[in-house]
Amino acid sequence: MNVIVLSPFDLAAAALLILCLAGLSLRMRLGVELQLLTSAARSTVQLFLIGLVLKVLFDNAHPLWVALLAGVMIAVAGREVMVRQKRRFIGWWGFGVGTLSMFVSSFTVTIMALLLVIGTTPWYAPQYAIPLLGMILGNTMNGISLGLDRLTQDATQKRPIIETRLALGQSWQRAISDSRREAIRVGLIPIINAMSAAGIVSLPGMMTGQILAGTPPVEAVKYQILVMFLIAGGTGFGTVVAVSFAARRLFDERQRLRLDRLSASRN
Amino acid sequence: MGPIDLGVDAGECVCIQGASGSGKTLLLRAVADLDPHHGEVWLGAQACSRVPAPLWRRSVALVVAESQWWSERVADHFAQGVHAAWLEELGLPAAAIDWEVSRCSTGERQRLALLRTLMQGPDALLLDEPTGNLDQESTQRVETLLGDYRRQRRAALLWVSHDAGQIERVAGRSFVMRDGKLVEGEPG
Repeated sequence: MNVIVLSPFDLAAAALLILCLAGLSLRMRLGVELQLLTSAARSTVQLFLIGLVLKVLFDNAHPLWVALLAGVMIAVAGREVMVRQKRRFIGWWGFGVGTLSMFVSSFTVTIMALLLVIGTTPWYAPQYAIPLLGMILGNTMNGISLGLDRLTQDATQKRPIIETRLALGQSWQRAISDSRREAIRVGLIPIINAMSAAGIVSLPGMMTGQILAGTPPVEAVKYQILVMFLIAGGTGFGTVVAVSFAARRLFDERQRLRLDRLSASRN
Repeated sequence: MGPIDLGVDAGECVCIQGASGSGKTLLLRAVADLDPHHGEVWLGAQACSRVPAPLWRRSVALVVAESQWWSERVADHFAQGVHAAWLEELGLPAAAIDWEVSRCSTGERQRLALLRTLMQGPDALLLDEPTGNLDQESTQRVETLLGDYRRQRRAALLWVSHDAGQIERVAGRSFVMRDGKLVEGEPG
């Protein structure tokens, strides 16, 4: 593999694009120039930091360190799921629903892939474990936050229907079933679209990165397929678990719809 | 809402009137166990808190003013089917069961929603303005059907209405809701 090393000048040239875009935003009064610059700066700093962390981690592949980094990743993803909700659960549930479901699905899928598919030694080898977990987590996070957001908004809008169904003696599971199904479907759409368009409309980022870094295309493709299936599995199961937990939490022990367990709608 | 102590006998109809926001709907919802509350409701010797919620709501059934539908066809909402005689009594054709909900008028929906609940054979009915969207003729039909149901099944009716004439026609006793409290009032 021959990797073409990028110089700071190369990156600076790419950064010019961001500056131009910010200039355009200023000119057209889009009002996003500051956000654009800060997010670009943030991603630069964050990526360099994780690069350093990974370098250290790869040199000392102790399972505890791998677990610690994985824990941090999942906590941040859980927070991200929470802040993206328009109406989120009050208290620990707001953070807990998404985080727990991501933990269940992402960890299971990653560990399964490491043990059964890739078969690295040791199985927690950080070169494989961390990037895989990161990719699965990133996508699962999207699915779960879309699904939860749809569920809570749907339940709020359809409150009269749900309560009528309860008043007719239906169980909470039946009363919320339409909203739950719709929420899970919405959470799964992005990954389904990504899989259908992959290779024709878009070359997935991971594969592109590998090819740019010198991996033969067919090898890169195989990894990409593997990663996509893992992402679909993680997202799908994660969304099902999260939406189901959340749907249960919307009702109390007397099967009453408890929208007071959600925070007021933001923006 | 203040503590409310109210008994409705089997086969009795009790009416409640009162200004908007006085707590009439809240009372019905609490009896149907749709909102958290600190009270207890009894159906005969059975306490609400000791009966599984879906079972309770089938025997102590709430019918709201704005009928709600979750499926396209009327029939999808009638798990046990519907008595043709009841449809006729409410001035609806037998084919109404096969209608699409979106094609029904508000009044047709309200009558169908009432039948949907009656088909479950509740022992007590909590009626929140059940004739609110109906013309005079349909109102009369609903009053007659509910009267028959009450007598034949010895059902208890708790009926919220704004119509003094209606209260006079259907109520055994009537109350006025004021600031979350029930005040006894003359029928009408």
